[in-house]
Amino acid sequence: MLRIEDLHVQVGDRTILQGVNLHIRPGETHVLFGPNGSGKSTLLGAILGFSRYKITRGKIYFKDEDITHLSVHERAERGIGIAFQRPPVLRGVTLRDLLRISGQGNVVNIEELAEPLNLVDFLGRDVNYGFSGGETKRSEMLQLLVQNPDLVLLDEPESGVDLENIALIGQAINRLLQKDGLLGEERSRREMKEARKKAGLIITHTGYILDYVPADVGHVLYEGKLSCSGLNPRELLGCIHKLGYGECTRCLA
Amino acid sequence: MQEERRLKAQKALDKQAAYGEPVDFDRFHDESEEHPYLENLQELPEEKQKAMLLAGVDVTEKERAGTFIQEDHSVIHTSVLDDGVEVLSITEALEKYDWLEDYYWRAVAVDADRYTARTELRGRNGYFVRALPGVKAVYPVQACLYIGQEGLLQSVHNIIIAEEGSELHLITGCTTGHDVGSGMHIGVSEIFVKKNARLSFTMVHSWAEEVVVRPRTTTIVEEGGVFLSNYICMKPVQDIQMYPTTYLTGKNGLARYHSILVGQPHSRLDVGSRVVLQGEGSRAEIVARSLTKGGIIINRGHLVGEVVGVKGHLECRGLMLSKEGLIYAVPELEARVDGVDLSHEAAVGKIAEEEIEYLMARGLTEEEATATIVRGFLNVKIMGLPPDLEEEVQRAIEQSEQSYL
Repeated sequence: MLRIEDLHVQVGDRTILQGVNLHIRPGETHVLFGPNGSGKSTLLGAILGFSRYKITRGKIYFKDEDITHLSVHERAERGIGIAFQRPPVLRGVTLRDLLRISGQGNVVNIEELAEPLNLVDFLGRDVNYGFSGGETKRSEMLQLLVQNPDLVLLDEPESGVDLENIALIGQAINRLLQKDGLLGEERSRREMKEARKKAGLIITHTGYILDYVPADVGHVLYEGKLSCSGLNPRELLGCIHKLGYGECTRCLA
Repeated sequence: MQEERRLKAQKALDKQAAYGEPVDFDRFHDESEEHPYLENLQELPEEKQKAMLLAGVDVTEKERAGTFIQEDHSVIHTSVLDDGVEVLSITEALEKYDWLEDYYWRAVAVDADRYTARTELRGRNGYFVRALPGVKAVYPVQACLYIGQEGLLQSVHNIIIAEEGSELHLITGCTTGHDVGSGMHIGVSEIFVKKNARLSFTMVHSWAEEVVVRPRTTTIVEEGGVFLSNYICMKPVQDIQMYPTTYLTGKNGLARYHSILVGQPHSRLDVGSRVVLQGEGSRAEIVARSLTKGGIIINRGHLVGEVVGVKGHLECRGLMLSKEGLIYAVPELEARVDGVDLSHEAAVGKIAEEEIEYLMARGLTEEEATATIVRGFLNVKIMGLPPDLEEEVQRAIEQSEQSYL
């Protein structure tokens, strides 16, 4: 689904990513750890093509197409979606307006999707204006549910969110990644897994979200490169807790 | 009294205004043929109807409490559809009511500047709109001041009175004929909001490239009165200068000014709003949204607190949509006693890249994202109008948007 080769990215004059390689297959959920300032958000921003992230070397392929130089909206159109860590406020644009235009013609019932995220009362409000941390994150999830992308990028979906909200957000992520449907599901777990096409890449600091969302592959972004790639996310998290990110330098060598 | 007024006006004929470029009256003429009165507005030629609609004036008079239409110097139509309101030409009203003399030039000084002076000496008509005591008019009264002749100088004198406990909505649309390029409009408006009355005054300007405009408006609000003023100007115009002022004279009065200004290339808008808080517990809010596509916008705001405990806030946001043009925000706060609470926030700049890319990440093209943000910026919901009126104003904006954004 997503293949990144030797990606180098600059922000201003600083080189943040120095040769990142990553491969995410359909149905897989990857988790990205890393200390503050290691470039996790930069990687997500570069995958979406935001202008402040300048790609100086390397390639990004999505569904076997080179998207390295496509505009943000062309990437969104091809099926990449993102939940922002700190989205901007849009004055005068209601959440409902935004959901209508971001659906790209998807026929969805906005109220029905907003209900489980406790956002029905927010539909008439300006996007992110006066939203709390949890409300902002839930609104990001709702936007993604309407957009329904094939690859979901989540930038710290649990930061600034209380436990109750993390559960709601976890449910929404599972729905996005086709990991829900426990009750009344006719297919076997294996059939469901095989049918799963949606892929995800989640940045998390704390790992709390992993209590709600099962993930397949973990990575650590350290000094501009991915290290420890391919380990089980929980094992990786345990290792970071015990030994700190310093341990990652050994894998980079 | 009339003599005295005229004398004062004579003396002020050369008195320059505090703001705005001096206007050469000789560029314009004020000779115009009289236009016939129309019983049925739908007899108006279609292009006139269309021009009026762009300024929020609907000739079908659907959901209107009354209508006043002046073309050049002639009042071509007045009607009343709600028993509680009066709509007359000011000339007729002065004949009908002796007491109206007391209101004439009471809020605006006749010798304020050469524009008020000229209106006294050579002005023709204007409207008189009044809501009787305790009457709550559901639908708005609409008034249209229309310049149909090339190069005409139209100057009018309007008086609006919301009597005690009444509720009145007024939409004023000022516009030019589709084939008119130049002209001048001077409008003196004196507005009185009596005790516990509520008045919303929404003015839509829809002029042409070489039209010069000098409105002179003052509002006096009594105890418990509410005055909501909305101003929208999105079409090209050569030069507008106005600084409407409200005096909150009684206890617990409220004034709110909202303006939406679009500076088209070669346009110059010098638009301010001022509230003088004189009554105990009075409150004021001034909100301005300026957007330039190359024109010059000077956005002034002035709150004056004269008694303890009054509260006022001024918000001014400007968006540059062009490399050309200018937005100059001048917020002023003036406390004349301690214990007043006045504040302001102003922000001027281009659309944040972050906001555009946020929308692009949801699948919008850059143009769609920009348009969405601009539409949000110019949103009329901030005006707090009744839903029907809001819809009307939104429609007027959308009409302008289609043609000019």
